Amino acid sequence: MLVLVEQSLNGLQFGLLLFLLAAGLTLVFGIMDFVNLAHGSLYMMGAYFAATFVAWTNSFVLGILMALGATLLLGIALEFIALRHLYGRDHLDQVLATFGLILFFNDAVRLIWGPAGLSLPLPSWLTVPVQIVPGVFYPAYRLSIIVVALAVAAMLYLVVMRTRIGMLIRAGASNREMIGALGINIKLLFTLVFGLGAALAGLAGLMQAPILTVQIGMGENILILAFVIIVIGGIGSIRGAFLAAIFVGMIDTLGRAFLPDLLRTVLSSAAASTAAPALSSMLIYLLMAIVLVVRPEGLFPAAKR
Amino acid sequence: MKSSTINARNVVVALVALGLTLLPVYSALTGNIFILTLFTRIIIFALAAASLNLIMGYGGMMSFGHAAYLGIGGYAVGILAYEGIGSGFIQWPVALAASALYALVIGALSLRTRGVYFIMITLAFAQMAYYVTSGLSRYGGDDGLTIYKRSTFGGLIDLSNRTQFYYLCLACLFGGIYLIWRIVNSRFGMVVQGVRSNEQRMQAIGYHANRYRLVCFVISGTICGLAGALLANNTDFVSPAGMYWTRSGELMVMVVFGGMGSLFGPVIGTIVFLLLEELLSQFTEYWALIMGPLLLLIVLFARGGIMGVLGRLSRD
Amino acid sequence: MTDSAGAPLLRVENLIRSFGGIKATDNLSLDVLPGELHAIIGPNGAGKTTLISQLTGQLMPNSGAIHFAGRDVTAVPAYQRSRLGLARSFQITSLLKDFTAIDNVAIAAQAHDGHSFRFWGAARKEKHLRDAAQAALTRVGLGQRANVLVSELSHGEQRELELAVALATKPQLLLLDEPMAGLGVTESARMVALLKELRKEVTIVLVEHDMEAVFALADRITVLVYGRVIASGDPDAIRNNEEVKRAYLGDQHAVTRHG
Repeated sequence: MLVLVEQSLNGLQFGLLLFLLAAGLTLVFGIMDFVNLAHGSLYMMGAYFAATFVAWTNSFVLGILMALGATLLLGIALEFIALRHLYGRDHLDQVLATFGLILFFNDAVRLIWGPAGLSLPLPSWLTVPVQIVPGVFYPAYRLSIIVVALAVAAMLYLVVMRTRIGMLIRAGASNREMIGALGINIKLLFTLVFGLGAALAGLAGLMQAPILTVQIGMGENILILAFVIIVIGGIGSIRGAFLAAIFVGMIDTLGRAFLPDLLRTVLSSAAASTAAPALSSMLIYLLMAIVLVVRPEGLFPAAKR
Repeated sequence: MKSSTINARNVVVALVALGLTLLPVYSALTGNIFILTLFTRIIIFALAAASLNLIMGYGGMMSFGHAAYLGIGGYAVGILAYEGIGSGFIQWPVALAASALYALVIGALSLRTRGVYFIMITLAFAQMAYYVTSGLSRYGGDDGLTIYKRSTFGGLIDLSNRTQFYYLCLACLFGGIYLIWRIVNSRFGMVVQGVRSNEQRMQAIGYHANRYRLVCFVISGTICGLAGALLANNTDFVSPAGMYWTRSGELMVMVVFGGMGSLFGPVIGTIVFLLLEELLSQFTEYWALIMGPLLLLIVLFARGGIMGVLGRLSRD
Repeated sequence: MTDSAGAPLLRVENLIRSFGGIKATDNLSLDVLPGELHAIIGPNGAGKTTLISQLTGQLMPNSGAIHFAGRDVTAVPAYQRSRLGLARSFQITSLLKDFTAIDNVAIAAQAHDGHSFRFWGAARKEKHLRDAAQAALTRVGLGQRANVLVSELSHGEQRELELAVALATKPQLLLLDEPMAGLGVTESARMVALLKELRKEVTIVLVEHDMEAVFALADRITVLVYGRVIASGDPDAIRNNEEVKRAYLGDQHAVTRHG
């Protein structure tokens, strides 16, 4: 029972991180109609920056904040130098160009930090287990991930739905020429949105860093999950992405945790340990396949698209 | 104003075809075995790129998951070889059938979406294939599966002979391109290209667009499965890493380098890409540092790929 | 309105189609008799194109029924309706831009000439398809322009090509959505002459803004305002109908052939 609660919370935490990543992707795609495969690279850079800055400054919080800032700046620089020239181009062009960026980033990281990957140790005040309900303990750090991610999601919601900037963002998504005609600086808006997306990716990356290793190629694995979430959740819908992310996070985590045992009840132990990892990783894709068959537009598609 | 038959594009194509055909002669004369094995690999990938070009350039379907077929074709050969079935007459049809079946299922699911989402989904399904094969511990899992004996064809041809294998691959490439040429100009090809050009129009005149797309997708996957079987024989090895999504990306790059929607473009694009990769690797371990931005620049400034550039030259 | 003169080729019953809160098609009923040229007119926003899209299957109605040649086609998908004999030209030119004019027409002819899962024989060498396509092109006045890429045709030629493509599918009913949109004086005259000929061979539903053309061609006219039929009858009846004059024809002076 305890294990179930713990794994459920892990699933929630994973799902929230996936949401942060997917939200950044959806924002950039929704506003600028830009497919950014290098989004995963920004996630990776967030993690690498965090590991590096925390080691330099010897302060977890300071290092994290610096990493967030660095990723934001990196995103803005990328947009300014290269990516803004791809707005309005064919999606295929954007895919290929950002694919080139992924190759570049992976090798650049390998050059600067070496092939081995880094680790980001947690400060002691974050490793204590917290009693969330009498008798149930959960690691403080994972709890803080949940809290921070929920806070960011709430802030995103407030900004997009309730502020002027958010209104511009939503308007920009449906009619770029119009807000250009209103005299709003479109270029600046786009750069800011891209920066926001980059920051979300970096945040997800650095938050994951202490739990998973920081390594080359980490961005791509999770990027694909983000794509799956966007497809399941619904095209153009941040709310859909949120719900789908939680759902996917839960299924993936709980699947990996309990599927081996479940399988063992029906198959032999040897067969179960062979099949379980393959089956758990396939679970998400099977889910996506089912959604595609039953509701190709996603579970919660945005009304306008 | 039609350009004459003798133009930059056709000259280049003819030269390349001639060069590929005579390469083993050159290799034998100079004793350079490396160039033979290098170009065997290039030809196999050119076949894969040609299959991708069929759906991308002519069909308008941007599949980011074609490496899966290389893997499926390869694993068909590898698994059968492991289980004691070494005959190519059994292995290769199985490779083709498995690829076709996979393409049918994945295509039917993926074609329920369009555009970017189609790209994402083909990518996701290819990764799924990667994860599944990683979990096949009997067949090596992550470490891959060594193939100790290449496919046998009852004494008709010896695949372990480098020159014979090269010509087999070349025959498959030329045959594949010829097949694609016929398909593209057939009734079916007209419809597929029409659907790419204006789906609404095609539906209005009586074509069920997705049916044609799906069949095109299956044909493409099958041809790529053949390339996979060839590749497995070439490397005597097959592993999940060959299906990693970056491989699919590289195939896309080869197609775009050469110029989408041109028959011979994928061949030229593959040659350029793989030679470039080879060259850069000689200089530095970090060849992607150059290749990455180069790709970006090409996308920004040289749309239409090499054949596009040659085509513009032809018109002058 | 519909009387004993034979069963209608097309019957629309109580069609309703909404977008959000707006009823683009509001309880619309309509009959088209075989052999007639039935014009549909109405101010912008009257829902004419929405109606055409529902008739051809690009759009599904929320409720109501569409009967064609005795069959209920309300739920039949677009590509099948073409097979049944319903052809359409688009208001915003919708052609295969990377192909030549003759290719466009030949592909349409091909759709109604057996199946297209043939992978080997060159489609462009099928003489009967090419001949049929060339004939259709000559019919609309594009005979000399057969091998020109669509992207290089003038706007007027593209509108004519739209017609040729629709004709190549050997339709029983031709739905023309503003075929004269953007045409100049000479081109419009040519189009009108062409339609005059065509109406002898095929039933036509014509959506148009060009009033001169409409009154010159139509056997019957239906007037649409805000998705509803406000009048339907022969040209004289429509011309003298008070409601129509109020809603629409009152601005006849302002309504010109527009580009």
